Amino acid sequence: MNAFRHDAGSEFHPVSAPDYLPVIQLRALQLHRLKTIVKRAYDHQELFRKRMDEKGMKPQDVKTLEDIRHLPFTVKADLRDTYPFGLFASPMGEVVRLHASSGTTGKPIVVAYTREDIDVWSSVMVRSFAACGLGNGDIIQNAYGYGLFTGGLGAHYGAEALGATTIPISGGNSDRQIMIMQDFGVTAICCTPSYFLHLIERAQELGVDMRKLPIKAGVFGAEPWTQAMRERIEPEAGIKAYDIYGLSEIIGPGVAMECQEQAGPHLFEDHFYCEIIDPETGEPLPDGEEGELVITTLSKLAMPMIRYRTRDITSLVAEQCGCGRTIRRMRRIGRRSDDMFIIRGVNVFPSQVEAALLKVEGTLPHYQIVLEREKGLDSMEVQVEVTSDVFGDTVGAMENVRKKLSDAIAHTLGIRVKLSLVQPHTIERSQGKAKRVIDRRKM
Amino acid sequence: MKIHQLSLFLENKPGRLSEPCKALADAGINILTLSLADTQQFGIMRLIVRDWQKGKEVLEQAGFVVNVTEVVATEVADQPGGLANVLSIMEGGGVNIEYMYAFTFRSGDKAVLVFRFDNPDAAIELLKAKNINVVGGVELYDRAEQ
Repeated sequence: MNAFRHDAGSEFHPVSAPDYLPVIQLRALQLHRLKTIVKRAYDHQELFRKRMDEKGMKPQDVKTLEDIRHLPFTVKADLRDTYPFGLFASPMGEVVRLHASSGTTGKPIVVAYTREDIDVWSSVMVRSFAACGLGNGDIIQNAYGYGLFTGGLGAHYGAEALGATTIPISGGNSDRQIMIMQDFGVTAICCTPSYFLHLIERAQELGVDMRKLPIKAGVFGAEPWTQAMRERIEPEAGIKAYDIYGLSEIIGPGVAMECQEQAGPHLFEDHFYCEIIDPETGEPLPDGEEGELVITTLSKLAMPMIRYRTRDITSLVAEQCGCGRTIRRMRRIGRRSDDMFIIRGVNVFPSQVEAALLKVEGTLPHYQIVLEREKGLDSMEVQVEVTSDVFGDTVGAMENVRKKLSDAIAHTLGIRVKLSLVQPHTIERSQGKAKRVIDRRKM
Repeated sequence: MKIHQLSLFLENKPGRLSEPCKALADAGINILTLSLADTQQFGIMRLIVRDWQKGKEVLEQAGFVVNVTEVVATEVADQPGGLANVLSIMEGGGVNIEYMYAFTFRSGDKAVLVFRFDNPDAAIELLKAKNINVVGGVELYDRAEQ
């Protein structure tokens, strides 16, 4: 790690070397790692072994990279069904970290890391920071949430491993974020893009011109964001805005990251084998065609994921990037194939809200989720129709109901939302799948 | 001795208050008295009509969620101290008042008030013991018609 100090200022950061592996060597490395990880999953993950046995397959049947398409998929429900530790391939004594993220119902999904897994995670985060030109000498403000969420600690370990001066400020308290940004001479920030938009607006209110500050880069992720948002952020803050991609089930942030060309995130293919499939049929699609991103972890020990269906819709870019990297790019994520939405970097499934409402009322009332964005800050409102079960005759009784519902939702989602009681028959009924979410956020 | 009061949940939006009133008007039902409790978010409208069962039906058909609560109507002297007297009787007997409001008509020199007590039966006993007239349904509606 000490070598990095001497390399500060070099246009090429040595940690990025694997990004430029000649394709032949890259594929050989991937194949070796794939065979190893499939064997590990088969030997230690009951669910994977069961599915392989049902197909009459053995790990030895994986002889080429193309053979991966015969392996069974893993889906989010598998993590829910094996909660909490059913997919671990390492004994607990070797697990040095646990993280958790939103599940589709009341329980979160749990992910685990050994010492080696943490090192791999740090290394892809270091490569992510290096890809956008950061290094030793940079001062990085990490405003991703610290805690069970993988964003905070993932970026933190990467920034420290990079040799940057790391500020673990976590999320929230915008005025303090702006003060630290100025006073500490911050050169790069990590946070959700919508939160950064909010910081820009707040800074303008406070009379702080970010363009005059040393901050030159933003590493934005945890939620989808558009080119239009980038074209707003960059001139208004005087920075380059980079798209980082990741998901807890695979490792956290650091699965893919844009280089200075800013033409779509490069996937760290030596650690994550990526496929695009037709979400309806499960058939693999060629580069350039849009479909569901499926990822296999090539290096994770504690919780290997074989052909995990991410539900993110994108395509892989076959053409080489101007930066010269051989690891391929993905198109920025536009939409998902399920009904999950993201608010302030937190994944939310309408079914989680349903689970909370059901717990309080015993039956599921008609409800609707309304998402708005004001001054860059996202807000979520849950509208619930009043029924005779919950209608109490006094204001106190109704306020109690509101509080109970609000608390139940906050408990399940981990974020506070606005809860509004509305009159019966005001929420639109639908014939087919109910439109549970009204997303009024622009961009 | 107890009176049936209807209460409805109303969102705090323009037009919400007139809807139930119109529904009742269309069904030829007269509101004898009403009270509106409000918060920023919503309101609870409490009303007393002659035929509470019909009123409930009409409002439910119009899509409202309706609660029925038993309340107590009492006569109090329509002069300073009239209400204070009743309140001190309740306090002395340990009966709590959830809310109250008044009827628009009076009877002679008496005003008529509506109380929601946490224990209506105990309240009625206390009032009778102190010779406060508790007005029953039939009598109330006759006075209203006068």
